[in-house]
Amino acid sequence: MQTRLTINGTGHSLDIAPATLLVELLRDDLGLTGTHIGCDTSQCGACNVLVDGAALKACTVLAVQLDGKAITTVEGLATGGSDADTLHPMQAAFREHHGLQCGFCTPGMVIAGIEMVRRHGHDLDRATIAHDLEGNLCRCTGYVNIIKAIQAGAKAMQHSGEPANA
Amino acid sequence: MRDFAYARPASLAEAASAFGDGGEAAFIAGGHTLLPAIKSRLRMPDTLVDLSGVPGLSGVTRDGDMLWIGAMTTHATVATNALVASAIPGLAGMANLIGDPQVRNRGTLGGVVANNDPAADYPAALMALDAVVETDRGSHRADAYFQGMFSTALDDGEIVSRVGFRVPLASAYAKFRNPASRYAVVGVFVARFADAVRVGVTGAGPGVFRWAEAEAALTADFSVSAAAKVVLSPDDLNTDIHAGAEYRAALAVVMLKQAVSQAS
Ligand SMILES: Cc1cc2nc3c(=O)[nH]c(=O)nc-3n(C[C@H](O)[C@H](O)[C@H](O)COP(=O)(O)OP(=O)(O)OC[C@H]3O[C@@H](n4cnc5c(N)ncnc54)[C@H](O)[C@@H]3O)c2cc1C
Ligand code: FES
Ligand code: FES
Repeated sequence: MQTRLTINGTGHSLDIAPATLLVELLRDDLGLTGTHIGCDTSQCGACNVLVDGAALKACTVLAVQLDGKAITTVEGLATGGSDADTLHPMQAAFREHHGLQCGFCTPGMVIAGIEMVRRHGHDLDRATIAHDLEGNLCRCTGYVNIIKAIQAGAKAMQHSGEPANA
Repeated sequence: MRDFAYARPASLAEAASAFGDGGEAAFIAGGHTLLPAIKSRLRMPDTLVDLSGVPGLSGVTRDGDMLWIGAMTTHATVATNALVASAIPGLAGMANLIGDPQVRNRGTLGGVVANNDPAADYPAALMALDAVVETDRGSHRADAYFQGMFSTALDDGEIVSRVGFRVPLASAYAKFRNPASRYAVVGVFVARFADAVRVGVTGAGPGVFRWAEAEAALTADFSVSAAAKVVLSPDDLNTDIHAGAEYRAALAVVMLKQAVSQAS
């Protein structure tokens, strides 16, 4: 099925088998393996990507359902030309606040954090962040530093003039 | 996943004909029930008919004492829409308790209503708010529409286009969530109208139901103390790995009190 997708700013027109999940297209066909598969049952959020600015679980959407949409994966967040060595403020906050251990959940956490800014603005309290992380599981950190990182990243997005939707 | 054909119709008529031509066909809205079912081979459709390109199936409008919400409207929209918040804040609050933010960005009213999961939240709201389910073929009152676990008045290929909720004086939803799935172990939606109170209960039984004793007691006296005196018989309630019938019966009274206190 012919499908037009903008992925991290680049337009694609792809012939996609209808049963292809977005996460399979990203990882297996496009080599964007930063989007992880943790559960494949819509529970863990490791596969979160932004679609027109809204966070979705890429394991629970068909690529063909997103015809005409713009997708941002974790690979699309950093800037700085071909090296992309300037981290997005939310990514930088995860590094600064030690918001990860093994890092498996991190792409989905970063995406979830960026979308919280879209919904609630730059001043996030801990309770809001905890409530909005219901769809993201981390087996390592105990969430304390993830919440700190998202709180700091949300503030930093304001100071850097970062648009809410990456 | 096993492959299937896929159609992107641009009108209700095209959707109906794609469904008719599609072997074992299924409509897809948000896909947050259907895709997990296909992955686990509970469903093996030959054709998916995507409703997202059909115009006029999403959005919120108010017409007199009815609030109409399009079938393709996401839970996130219902949770944050200004018209919903001013007309039926209890409904916005309910939508905000569905799943998690990513699920709410994708899942739709029509998908829940067509699926009729016995632990889904919306069915309790439709019962309490005396809703009307409008389809491409006609309309169904909520009381007759929900027919027990995963069963509804919809015919094969019938498309839910929108749902009308009667605007109450006050309403609220209280839910005891399964901490893993976030579906309702028991959810109680209370709606107070000028003439009567309606109470819808989800999660507790094999399908959503109205709670007659609670409605009578609260119509006479809309208060937490009146709610506390209501009893629900565990006889027809569910016992499963999450909770027993007697626990669910007790929980229903607790949820009823919470909902009444929020709606007072
Ligand atoms: C992790 C997770 C947590 C969840 N938690 C909750 C929860 O707490 N409470 C809750 O209530 N739900 C919950 N859900 C379910 C969620 O609300 C789904 O979005 C919803 O049940 C189905 O909506 P959908 O748009 O995704 O439908 P789909 O999966 O696309 O479709 C579901 C069914 O309805 C049919 N259908 C869809 N639209 C129409 C239409 N307009 N006309 C006719 N038939 C149609 C489809 O053919 C299919 O059979 C959860 C889901 C997940 C994945
Ligand atoms: S892999 Fe998609 S939610 Fe876990
Ligand atoms: S850091 Fe290991 S799963 Fe979150």
